[in-house]
Amino acid sequence: MIELRNVSLEYVSRTGFRQFSVIKALDNVSLRVERQSFTSIVGPSGCGKTTVLKLISGLFKPTSGEVYVDGRKVEKPLNIVGMAFQNPVLLPWRSVLQNILLPLEVVEPHKSRLENHRDEYVEKALRLLKLVGLEGFANKKPWELSGGMQQRVSLCRALIHDPAILLLDEPFGALDLFTREELWSVIQSLWMETKCTVLMVTHDLREALYLSDKIYVMSPRPGRVITMVESDYARPRSIDITYTDRFVEQLHSLRAMIQVK
Amino acid sequence: MPKTPLSVVVSNTLKEYTPAVLVFIGFFAAWELSTIVFNIPEFILPPPSKTIYILYINLNIIIQHSYATLQSTLIGFGMSIAFGLALGLAVGYSSVVYKAVYPLLVAFNTIPKVAIVPILVIWFGVGKVPATLTAFLISFFPIVVNVAVALATIEPEIRDVLRSLGASKGQIFIKIGIPRSLPYFFGSLKVASTLAFVGAVISETVASNEGTGYLMIAASSRFDVPLVFAGLLVISLLGVSLFIVFALFEKRLVGWAYR
Repeated sequence: MIELRNVSLEYVSRTGFRQFSVIKALDNVSLRVERQSFTSIVGPSGCGKTTVLKLISGLFKPTSGEVYVDGRKVEKPLNIVGMAFQNPVLLPWRSVLQNILLPLEVVEPHKSRLENHRDEYVEKALRLLKLVGLEGFANKKPWELSGGMQQRVSLCRALIHDPAILLLDEPFGALDLFTREELWSVIQSLWMETKCTVLMVTHDLREALYLSDKIYVMSPRPGRVITMVESDYARPRSIDITYTDRFVEQLHSLRAMIQVK
Repeated sequence: MPKTPLSVVVSNTLKEYTPAVLVFIGFFAAWELSTIVFNIPEFILPPPSKTIYILYINLNIIIQHSYATLQSTLIGFGMSIAFGLALGLAVGYSSVVYKAVYPLLVAFNTIPKVAIVPILVIWFGVGKVPATLTAFLISFFPIVVNVAVALATIEPEIRDVLRSLGASKGQIFIKIGIPRSLPYFFGSLKVASTLAFVGAVISETVASNEGTGYLMIAASSRFDVPLVFAGLLVISLLGVSLFIVFALFEKRLVGWAYR
């Protein structure tokens, strides 16, 4: 579904007056994400995890190597992708419902259908809201919601246009532990319901191990893929598995692979 | 939402406005008292009671001149809204336009507008036209800057949300740029509306035969200082009224920005 072949990315950074240096963010990265799987990328901060997502979403172009989505080379942003970031970035002048409908105003074929089939889309948005546990919040403004609630709305927005791929950039990083664990089960049920392909960037190893099928471990900059770990617990997973001996052991060995500069 | 009881509304309104009203009353009281205590002659600083009395006696003529000032101000201000908004959107939309136009804008804004009035008089003659144009020239800059800054400071994450969906620059501009710049725009209107009054009055004092500015300059040449102060009072009143109009618009249209 998603494939990176020998991708490197360099950019020029200003280091001082008339001084520039070339920074290598990614070095020869290859990885595969299977259709309908849940994959995570973990690594120390600044290792280029987010860059990988931006390459897949078409916001960045690789210096060398190729990015394929669905067998096609990525050259510009794709509308089969939904994205959620660490900050919910909701538009404060729109209600929760209008925020969720935003992608439909941009992405075809929904864009041309929106005006005449608005009820159908609103119903869908309300269904998503219910799924993430925010029934009855459609007409609230984003700032009336807590951080965790806003992040749920942002997940709904990422999914409203039925994306084949959901890219998550540390989506729970700014939340407290209890909210985070709650949203893990939300994202798990969303994923099992929509059957989209999820690629998540995180530095929470427990989160990665709990949610994913496959975990790619990246090195400090320049980012390289060090290894891939599989997590084979039966679905749906309950939070209890994270306290089993086997899970803790896997967590330890995963932690040992992360090199912090 | 349950309806707020009237008594609560009244007490909240009182709480909100009482300090401002008290400061106003205190200001005028101190002014009145100081003229009495220090025995200041009327042609230096007339007490507010005298100013208001003069205002009352000359009400007809003052209204006539104020109307001229208001007209020049509003037309000039209307022009600066249209021009300022258009230029601000252009400057904020394209970094090329920004780099090209911004230095000239700053240079132009640095020029004291009083210095331009004589030129306007040579071009358009004495009267309402230079007053209108001065009101325009002095008040468009804050609108341009505010709108442009609002567009230039859109959070990259918000932009990325739309860009990753394949949105064009134009779509991002319409869906995010314009709604986000509205609070800045209305904020600038409050400043610009009072500036427009300053522009019109400056021009009237230099070159006009009508308007509050002309009235004041004519009165001061006759040492009729109370009438000058009456003129000042009227201008402040007009300025405050226009400010309130735009503050209300702002509250109504972009309430989300003031939570």
